[in-house]
Amino acid sequence: MSQSATAIQTDTHAEHHEELSFLYKYILPVDHKMIAMQYMFTGLIMAVIGGFFSYVFRMQLAFPGESVPLYGIVGPGEYNMMVTNHGTIMIFWVAMPVLIAAFGNYLIPLMCGCDDMVFPRLNRLSYQIFLVSALVLIFSFFVKGGGFGGAWTAYPPLSTVPEYNLTDWGASLWILAVALEFVSFLLGGINFVTTAMNARAPGMKMMDIPIVVWFLVIAVILFMASVGPLIAGAVMLFMDQRIGTTFFLPSGGGDPLLWEHLFWFFGHPEVYVVLLPTMGIVAEIITVFSRKKLFGYRTILYTAFATGGLSFVVWAHHQFVAGIDPRMANVFVVTTLLISIPIAEMLFSYIATLYGGSIEFKTPMLWALSFLFAFLIGGVTGIYLGASALDVYFHDSYFVLAHFHYTFFPITIIGMFAAITYWFPKMFGRMMNETLSKIHFWGTFIPFNCIFLPLFFLGLAGQHRRIYNFSHYPDLATENLQDVRVFATTSLVIMLLFQGIFLYNFFYSMFKGEKAPDNPWKANTLEWTVPSPPQHGNFKKLPTVYRGAYEYSVPGRESDYWPQNMPPDKN
Amino acid sequence: MSNRGPVATHRSSTGIPTGRLATWWVVASEIFIFGGLIACFVLFKLNGTPGFEDASKTSVAAGAFNTFVLLTSSLTIVLAHAAIESGERKKAFNYIWCTIGGGIVFLIVKTYEYSGKIISGDTITENLFWSFYYTMTGLHALHVIGGMVIMALISFDILKGYNFQRVELIGIYWHFVDLVWIFLFPLFYIANF
Amino acid sequence: MIEYFVTSASSFSGDIDDLFNLITVIIGVAFFLTLGTFIYFMFRFRRKKGVKAEYITGEKHKEKKWTHYPHYTVIALDVVIIAFNIIVWVHIKQTLPPKDNLIRVIGQQWSWAFIDAGPDGILDTEDDIATVNDLHVKVNETYHFELQARDVIHNFSVPVFRLRQDGMPGRTIKGWFKPTKTGTYDIQCAEMCGYGHGIMGAAITVHTKDSYKETIAQINNGTYESHYQKRKGSKTPLPSDTAQTDKESSFARLLARVF
Repeated sequence: MSQSATAIQTDTHAEHHEELSFLYKYILPVDHKMIAMQYMFTGLIMAVIGGFFSYVFRMQLAFPGESVPLYGIVGPGEYNMMVTNHGTIMIFWVAMPVLIAAFGNYLIPLMCGCDDMVFPRLNRLSYQIFLVSALVLIFSFFVKGGGFGGAWTAYPPLSTVPEYNLTDWGASLWILAVALEFVSFLLGGINFVTTAMNARAPGMKMMDIPIVVWFLVIAVILFMASVGPLIAGAVMLFMDQRIGTTFFLPSGGGDPLLWEHLFWFFGHPEVYVVLLPTMGIVAEIITVFSRKKLFGYRTILYTAFATGGLSFVVWAHHQFVAGIDPRMANVFVVTTLLISIPIAEMLFSYIATLYGGSIEFKTPMLWALSFLFAFLIGGVTGIYLGASALDVYFHDSYFVLAHFHYTFFPITIIGMFAAITYWFPKMFGRMMNETLSKIHFWGTFIPFNCIFLPLFFLGLAGQHRRIYNFSHYPDLATENLQDVRVFATTSLVIMLLFQGIFLYNFFYSMFKGEKAPDNPWKANTLEWTVPSPPQHGNFKKLPTVYRGAYEYSVPGRESDYWPQNMPPDKN
Repeated sequence: MSNRGPVATHRSSTGIPTGRLATWWVVASEIFIFGGLIACFVLFKLNGTPGFEDASKTSVAAGAFNTFVLLTSSLTIVLAHAAIESGERKKAFNYIWCTIGGGIVFLIVKTYEYSGKIISGDTITENLFWSFYYTMTGLHALHVIGGMVIMALISFDILKGYNFQRVELIGIYWHFVDLVWIFLFPLFYIANF
Repeated sequence: MIEYFVTSASSFSGDIDDLFNLITVIIGVAFFLTLGTFIYFMFRFRRKKGVKAEYITGEKHKEKKWTHYPHYTVIALDVVIIAFNIIVWVHIKQTLPPKDNLIRVIGQQWSWAFIDAGPDGILDTEDDIATVNDLHVKVNETYHFELQARDVIHNFSVPVFRLRQDGMPGRTIKGWFKPTKTGTYDIQCAEMCGYGHGIMGAAITVHTKDSYKETIAQINNGTYESHYQKRKGSKTPLPSDTAQTDKESSFARLLARVF
């Protein structure tokens, strides 16, 4: 006790950083920046797998029964497996690692002005567990019977009884991988919260913290509080599968509905867990590129608290027609529509930030603005689904699918590209090619809308999810609807092709791009005060903070930005 | 300290030592995990699921003895913390090993109970009550074992004279393990509502 | 708007369509106003030489009202939506109008079994009519259904009725519908139920009184041919059915469809 109490005072920096061997620099690093890279590249590789799955099953839907190029004939079991694992991968192995783990790890120490995470070795351990979980998931595709195909919600008894799901070990490995991933993020969360709480630079008050750090911390807290019951549930599900208990099996007195409650008690806050980091990233970008102070910093922060709190009491809107007491549904309709209020307020504040600005349409800004646009559509279509009476019709239809892709695609993919294009100069010390970035932006954003807008109409037409071939349903097998499916699939293929430009630009710029200055965007936050890329230990001299993160265009100052660590007497 | 680590580890903007914050975080996430299990158990029980009357088959005496042992071990870890605060390393070492001893007694009684139940046919697949019983007490026992291992490691550290703050941290954790048992004991041994 | 895509064939499907239209109007106005403001700001405040951005904190009351007024509007709109939604929900799911007929719907991997209680209105008696993947109902009569699932969770979905309800193993879930339009429509399983989820369809035929009697008589004397199978055969074949024969042309047809 006494030791740590004295240690707090000594804020001197150890200047001697010896050269690390390749093994300790790249494979077993403790440096938060390298761990962030590991998370990001693992996430990107998983995104390629998830994207490939979406290509295969969209092709199957557009041209049922035909051989898909690069894959072959898609059977119903394979189709289910791909749909299931596309969802699982995109949420747990792309959105979580890239948005929370990669950018959280990269930004929190830099933005808080300290040299590393509080517990670097714990950080490394959390990545290693994450890597194992990804490998377990990939391994599960190749066991006898194939990967798990019972939808990413894994409702029992389908997910527990091998005779029902026909993927005995696939299902068990799937739940094992998901549970490991949860544990990894619980461990990672320790670092995020303690670093942001305790390791801030001197002078950085609560209201000086950049919004993205706040939102990452809130996201991690939400995750911690929601995932506990599901970890318990995962243990119970695994025991149902392998030991023969009957927690979720009606044959032994259990209840499948219990799993739905546990799953969605986690599943709905999870939406906000991945939303908040992207919201934070967007806040950083729109302030920098419109040279404006964030409109209502405190309001935005409080709306995030409100959203987080409310997200724990809305879960049953996923189960309106699942056999819960219909009277309970009314309560959840009210809470669900209530959550639109803080989110709307947050979006309004973001839009108001643009007012009076000097907006420059650089690629990160385009991504950030397109996020607001797409998320607005995702948000308003959520109102339909929060209304229980409409959910009677829309439950598990393509309307639901289009709605949550209009939230998750902006959050995951657009948010990821916004963050990568914005922080790329800092991460790799080189600028990305602006022209190629813009081509990639339009080549992603337009096809994205062409994929998912038509799916709303398929949902209205009563088409339901996870069907590998609609020719078995006469009302859905009409030429018109089939044309819409083909259109969506074509758009997807175009969008996937445009990602080639991004990959080329990313890797070319990483090695051959123009050298980046320390602060190419003229931003205020602390990560831009260090060299690009930052050296081990980040800061030569640990900074002191004098003001909030969004002091742009302050009247009476010549330059339109005012870095957080610049002493007030200097100009 | 052998490994000083980054500056970040030794800062304290909130005034609370970082280790204590982290331990509370671990405890909080554990509370949600056990809370989920306890909530499921209570829901099934309130629904009148058949099999839950088997709570009368568990031995209240063994449970009560284990509660007593765990509570005592919580006391000894508090004494260990007090001792290290006043710098008495040897005394703290002894108190930590008293706590570990408490854990061992707890596990012995637990093993005795388990084997008795399994021999009499009440295995984990017998009915939902026993499924919950073995899952939850088993998970709790794993936490006890984990705590004992960490305590053993810490005890030698403090003998050598470093990482004194960890006695307090493992104390927080051990109290949490104790608290979980305080919930499990009435649920599985006493309550028969 | 929904009835443009799918026939409306039950007593409450109109209510759901109306609720959808109401929400579309309310949300649509709010959405386009927000979007309009957003796009206007983007163009009005784009970077111009020599124009410096304003310094607005958004913490003062005078400034805050610009986000608070829209925000209060959202609250008011939410209240309207909640009110109308609860009216419709209570009507559809929370109340059971007096029944004319009783059926039991059983989902199992991967087919639907239907048991009509027959004239006496009691299930599990001699006069029950059991069919597989083929449900026959009379128009303008209220049906109560008891939904069961034998193995995993299924969802009894009749899009033209705007009806979806999960069937839970171990439970019997009650509900109702009242067909208002004759014809043959799809029944789908709308909850992932395993390998054959994609083929777990059935047909519901809404009959007039006379044709219902005729069909029941056919079922009872064994001359009835499954409607679902008959209808499937008569439909225009999908591209997929022909595609099995000429595989090479798939890309050619993709191009032909797109351009």
